[in-house]
Amino acid sequence: MSEVYVITSGKGGVGKTTTSANIGAGIAIRGKKVAMVDADIGLRNLDVVMGLENRIVYDLIDVIEGNCRLKQALIKDKRYSNLFLLPAAQTKDKNAVTPEQMQKLCESLKEEFDYVIIDCPAGIEQGFKNAIAGADKAIVVTTPEVSAVRDADRIIGLLEASGIKNPLLILNRIRPDMVKRGDMLALEDVTEILAIDVLGVVPDDESIVVSTNKGEPCVADENSRAGKAFRNITGRVLGETVPLMDLESDQGFFAKLKRIFKFG
Amino acid sequence: MEFFGLFTKKSSTKEIARDRLKLVLTHDRARCSPQLLEMMRADILKVISNYVEIDESESDIQLTPSNNGEGGDVPMLYANIAIKSMRKRHT
Repeated sequence: MSEVYVITSGKGGVGKTTTSANIGAGIAIRGKKVAMVDADIGLRNLDVVMGLENRIVYDLIDVIEGNCRLKQALIKDKRYSNLFLLPAAQTKDKNAVTPEQMQKLCESLKEEFDYVIIDCPAGIEQGFKNAIAGADKAIVVTTPEVSAVRDADRIIGLLEASGIKNPLLILNRIRPDMVKRGDMLALEDVTEILAIDVLGVVPDDESIVVSTNKGEPCVADENSRAGKAFRNITGRVLGETVPLMDLESDQGFFAKLKRIFKFG
Repeated sequence: MEFFGLFTKKSSTKEIARDRLKLVLTHDRARCSPQLLEMMRADILKVISNYVEIDESESDIQLTPSNNGEGGDVPMLYANIAIKSMRKRHT
């Protein structure tokens, strides 16, 4: 009963890789066996976000071309015993893989793992088609900006045309203070426009930058608000009913706390 | 119009974003290019001109989002055409 999720967005820079890393690590922490696949051939980044860049020997292209066995290319994350990464090749480009090869790869991974998380490249071309080829389900990441939501709408249309029904939305980098004063699209605005079910909301949080600096997913950080959002999302992926994070009250509390420390 | 604008509440930038998004997605989803719309506009005005004299500068034809209440948007062709006078018709 394993499942292949593709994390996609259309627009670049909205947090696909960060989301992939945190959901992957989050599920592994919960005891499931997870393989993360970086499908961004030529522009790999999931390895650095996960802090595994120094351990790459073989990559996805090596597996597909038969230069190594799948198990040899999978990097075992020492922090989470159930987590493995299949890195993308950095020297080739997106056309080095076909959707059929990706499908086959996903089938092999499904035999070994409970969950396969595919980090999709930006765009709607070959790289996107490859990344979604073997996926059962899709998670669309967007930010509350006109450009990102527009691209998400396009991606949702393409996913459904490819037979991946009911993709789920993650609204990333929400700033509750801006939403409150009417200067940022709220979750309700985005879901009304995109007509899609919500998997989670993630607040804009400095701890993401800090954890990416260190190469440690913030989902394991108990003090991170974004980490808590990703733990909630992980729960929902595992089929649990977790209420959406109350960003506003959290914001109030943390804002107060910050004020105390800064000016108190 | 601008005069009245002074008295209405300034809309938040979020509302501007939402309205712009809805409009752009209406065009994206309908796959309606500006050229196609322009062709439709010219044809519609031509047909109507056969019957009435219209003021083109005051006329406006556009694709707009209209929420059908179910969360799905159906694009609507919205035409606002200013009539100068009725043409004399030969019976």
